[in-house]
Amino acid sequence: MTKYKDANFNQDYINYVKKIAPKTNEARSLWHAFLVGGFICVIGQFIRYFLLYAFGLYGDELAGATSMILIFLGCLLTGFGVYDNIGHIAGGGSIVPITGFANSVCSPAMEFKSEGFVYGLAAKMFVVAGPIIVYGISASVLTGLIYFIIGLFTA
Amino acid sequence: MWNIVFMYLKAFIVGGLICTIAQILINTTKLTSGRILVVFMLAGVLLQSFGVYEYLIDFAGAGATVPISGFGYLLAQGAINGAKNGLYGAITGGLKAASAGITAAVVFSFLVALIFKPKSKIH
Amino acid sequence: MSNSTVFFKNKPRISSTFTIAGPKEGASSFGKHFHQLMADDRFGEDTFEKAECKMFSTCIEKTIESSGKKTSDINAMISGDLLNQIISASFAARDFEFPYIGIYNACSTFSEALALSAVLVDGGYMKNVVAVTGSHFATAERQYRYPLELGSTRPPQSQWTVTGAGGALISDKGNFPVIVSATFGKVVDYGITDANNMGAAMAPAACDTLVKLLKETKTTPKDYDLILSGDLGALGSRLLKKLMSDKGFDIKNHTDCGEMIYNIEEEEYQGGSGAGCSAVVFGSYIYKKLLKKEIKRMILMATGALLSSISTQQGESIPGICHAVVIES
Repeated sequence: MTKYKDANFNQDYINYVKKIAPKTNEARSLWHAFLVGGFICVIGQFIRYFLLYAFGLYGDELAGATSMILIFLGCLLTGFGVYDNIGHIAGGGSIVPITGFANSVCSPAMEFKSEGFVYGLAAKMFVVAGPIIVYGISASVLTGLIYFIIGLFTA
Repeated sequence: MWNIVFMYLKAFIVGGLICTIAQILINTTKLTSGRILVVFMLAGVLLQSFGVYEYLIDFAGAGATVPISGFGYLLAQGAINGAKNGLYGAITGGLKAASAGITAAVVFSFLVALIFKPKSKIH
Repeated sequence: MSNSTVFFKNKPRISSTFTIAGPKEGASSFGKHFHQLMADDRFGEDTFEKAECKMFSTCIEKTIESSGKKTSDINAMISGDLLNQIISASFAARDFEFPYIGIYNACSTFSEALALSAVLVDGGYMKNVVAVTGSHFATAERQYRYPLELGSTRPPQSQWTVTGAGGALISDKGNFPVIVSATFGKVVDYGITDANNMGAAMAPAACDTLVKLLKETKTTPKDYDLILSGDLGALGSRLLKKLMSDKGFDIKNHTDCGEMIYNIEEEEYQGGSGAGCSAVVFGSYIYKKLLKKEIKRMILMATGALLSSISTQQGESIPGICHAVVIES
């Protein structure tokens, strides 16, 4: 018996499908991503200035507080069921900013609450954003180790 | 005054451009949102481990810190700073620097999920 | 080669139908044809899964009721949905005393259920069998894709899972549209791996079944007033037409339930999909046309993409299936 794949897969058909499949409206999607992404960063900049001049925060504290506020806004808009609508229009423009990270943590938490608070809400919180934590921490440890080893030789 | 206006403009353009690159990736490679986030975060780690990303932040402010690549920058910079204090710092520095973002994401998501339910979707 | 087509001698007939659909389906120009519309996706329940289940039991109850029969007249129900372990159909079956035959063939479950019901009735084993299938956008979305509130983009070749359930009662007596034959399809896989492009994955299976049906019933597409596919969507329908014309068949009278159900605009892209799609379109508008004899002879061929979220993640291609029934008014 020949394997199903070799006997039946039809490369001509796959190519034909690729040829006639509708494409994303390239120019418009890029423009939307640019506008929304830029706008979210402007809000971030506003929060930065606000914290800087109103509370005198600076450095790491300023950066941390800014992203916390943005994450709060991202979660809140997700809760009101608005963020996914922004996402349909903006695509990359709402995925890449830190608010998109908040959305990717918050949306599964809401969705899986119906399966309980432990195995639902909490366990599924990171189904989308988990990889960011895993690869982010791993990459940072790798960076730290490389710098540490370089430091041993240069000191 | 013009300084501040100029800063907003730079944040808008740089932040917008980073998102546009993500959109190009989405359009051409069918990458899903989870993968896009990982790619950009790792790009931030890589750029900062060569010491480059901080120049972008100096230039564009929130335009470079707000995208998820800024989160990667934090992780890398934390580890680099920690490495100066020894092996323990090299390992813990990254997460320490990123702790504000992760804590906020967990706590706010938890609270929001307690209160809200997913809506019916028609779009 | 053995035959895939079963010819019915005792005229099993569709004596009533009932359809229930969600708010999005109701808002489209096709919405006025449905028997019942849900005000919202939750249908008064606290989870979407429970809402889907309630949709099923309402549909079963009303299908029987609108035929004027009692639940004690029903010999069995054949039912399926898209969720893991077909929980919506099975849990709805708890509410009823008659036997439950659970089936799954993805979105082609509806024509499969009709065909099997017809077999049971035609063989004289049973007098009244209810065939019900349905799907729910919110439950399917979270099983196959992402959480509802995640701001992801839908690729332009994707389809929208229909929220709705449709039932049909197959009986041995009465003056109703008759199921004259059923053609059971084989699994066909041309190697499409994009889970967002199910129309392309299912079109080869639809073509395979349709060619077989025409050959074995010795008919041509012209002999039918309507060839109705389940949820190929706009792109899939185009592909089916192309595949059929490659084999020398011109199917001008082909329409697709997925294309009909929404006013295809930006958001639905290629149209509707799901086990509920063909069930609600056939059970409402098409069935009324059959009753009025505006359609005299038609093929209903629902198509299914036999994928799971696990098979997709493991990089498997998507096998397609298509079952067809010929119905005469």
